[in-house]
Amino acid sequence: MAGAMRAARRKGLSADERSWLLFLLLPVLFVLVFSYGGMYGVVIAFQRFIPAKGLFGNQNWVGLENFQYVFSLKNVWRAIWNTLSISVWKLVLGIVVPVCVALLLNEVRRSGFKRTVQTIVYLPHFISWVILSGIFLDLLSTDGLVNQFLGLFGLEPIFFLGSNRYFQATLIVTDVWKGFGYSSIIYLSAIAGIDQEQYESARIDGAGRFRCMRYITLPGLAGTIALMGVLSIGNLLNAGFDQVLNMYSPQVYETGDIIDTFVYRFGLLEAKYGPSQAVGLMKSVISATLTVVAYVLAYKYADYSLF
Amino acid sequence: MKEKSAFPAVNAIVLSLLAFLCLFPFVHLLALSFSSANAANQGRVWLWPVEATIDAYRMIIAKKEFWQSALVSIERLALGVPVQMVLTILAAYPLSKPSDRFRWRMFFAWFFFFTMLFSGGMIPAYLLVRELKLMDTLWALVLPGAVPVFNVVILMNYYRSLPAEIEEAAIVDGASQWRIMWRIWTPLALPSIATLTLFSLVGHWNSWFDGIIYMNFPENYPLQSYLRTVIQKVDTSNMTMEQWRELAGTSERTLKAAQIMIASLPMLLFYPFLQRYFIKGITIGGVKG
Repeated sequence: MAGAMRAARRKGLSADERSWLLFLLLPVLFVLVFSYGGMYGVVIAFQRFIPAKGLFGNQNWVGLENFQYVFSLKNVWRAIWNTLSISVWKLVLGIVVPVCVALLLNEVRRSGFKRTVQTIVYLPHFISWVILSGIFLDLLSTDGLVNQFLGLFGLEPIFFLGSNRYFQATLIVTDVWKGFGYSSIIYLSAIAGIDQEQYESARIDGAGRFRCMRYITLPGLAGTIALMGVLSIGNLLNAGFDQVLNMYSPQVYETGDIIDTFVYRFGLLEAKYGPSQAVGLMKSVISATLTVVAYVLAYKYADYSLF
Repeated sequence: MKEKSAFPAVNAIVLSLLAFLCLFPFVHLLALSFSSANAANQGRVWLWPVEATIDAYRMIIAKKEFWQSALVSIERLALGVPVQMVLTILAAYPLSKPSDRFRWRMFFAWFFFFTMLFSGGMIPAYLLVRELKLMDTLWALVLPGAVPVFNVVILMNYYRSLPAEIEEAAIVDGASQWRIMWRIWTPLALPSIATLTLFSLVGHWNSWFDGIIYMNFPENYPLQSYLRTVIQKVDTSNMTMEQWRELAGTSERTLKAAQIMIASLPMLLFYPFLQRYFIKGITIGGVKG
């Protein structure tokens, strides 16, 4: 073992290092082609891109022309604004709701009931947005189950998926619905890590259930909540492509079109590669910056590191 | 204290309601798929089949496109999951070595990590697959995501938590690194590998967008992509309230419900049993420090 260590300190590759580099060959190759190849593809944003010439072909460079053109479009700014307004709500509720559910679950003493509830609320996480959109299209239609239910209280049918007034709220609520159970796992495990002695001494001092929750459980969760909040900053420009593409329709583009769906329609369906890549590049750069900021903050204040 | 007696009951009711909210869409769908077209169209179906029938399922048996796409999905799983797992292990094992023994470790760690920060986006990805002549092949669904970097990080961290003495003993016995990786470290990391395999299975089963953009011919669609065409078949652009109402009332409603039901069946049946693996996965992946 000491020999191997000494060998490693020498200039050349050790036998182990040669093996390890060999193992890395295939994964590196795939990442190089598909991830770094894709990254190289951002140059399309600065080209008048002609698909027939190919990604690595001799394209016409046009500087910032694509950016000037695409950012003069009203629809891009609309998409940016929609993205932010949807994702901020999702980020906030995507933390608040799971934390509350974890707090409630933690108070359940009968483990059979607790486990049953947990199993059921995890379910939506495993179902794709394609399938969920099929379900919601049915449930939320004007004569669907939800409107029938609201009708019992004398409410007029609401056009959840077709009206600009309700569409964003529908996206946010259904997204929280899909994820809250699964997200609560992390908070439950953090609660499980809180020192039980704190509760016991608090109880001796006469603290009730709510005081324990307020002064022990919640502070014990603060670190995890802050960490999850910080790490979600990197997703600020992801308003949920899978969900929106399956649930929106042209009559709600006004409030439902987000950056990713715009790039998809404009770039892939209308084949305006350059201008839509300009939007995509802007998004990638901002997202990367936000992610770096998030990781630095998480590392500094929560001692979190990925590797 | 009054609070002590009331709270557990209120809490149980609130949680039961939440559980009901998560479950009822699926129960409704199940009921719909076993109801007569008439009852479904008239909106008479709530949580129990009305005029119970298996007509919808009988119709699916004859639906060639459905089974064809299901077959593509199964092929995709059979190819995609092993590829992802092998590449994940191949990448995670060397990266778990200390930097003084593997001096390239930090270089490659950053090489992988950077792809989590920055991506070229969907347009270069699409053009790349097209130029590599992968369009309309199974490889288009497998290769672009062949190295799930987040999974690599999870497995790497797991490997690093194992005691290094195990490897030292194996080296003394003259085992090669290849042997150590597959015969010693992989079995030791089985809990983590099981979790990642499940992530991989769920990911491949639920993917639909790649099928839509990389497949020119609908007969090459995996199940989820095919279902999207079924669900979104009607062009909803410029639709009036009345047309929406009509759309909801076509006789295809029960058929759609049945197809959605069959496609979610594998997840519905298996996830309760795989739950503990997912819980383990999210806790080691989410918060390490």
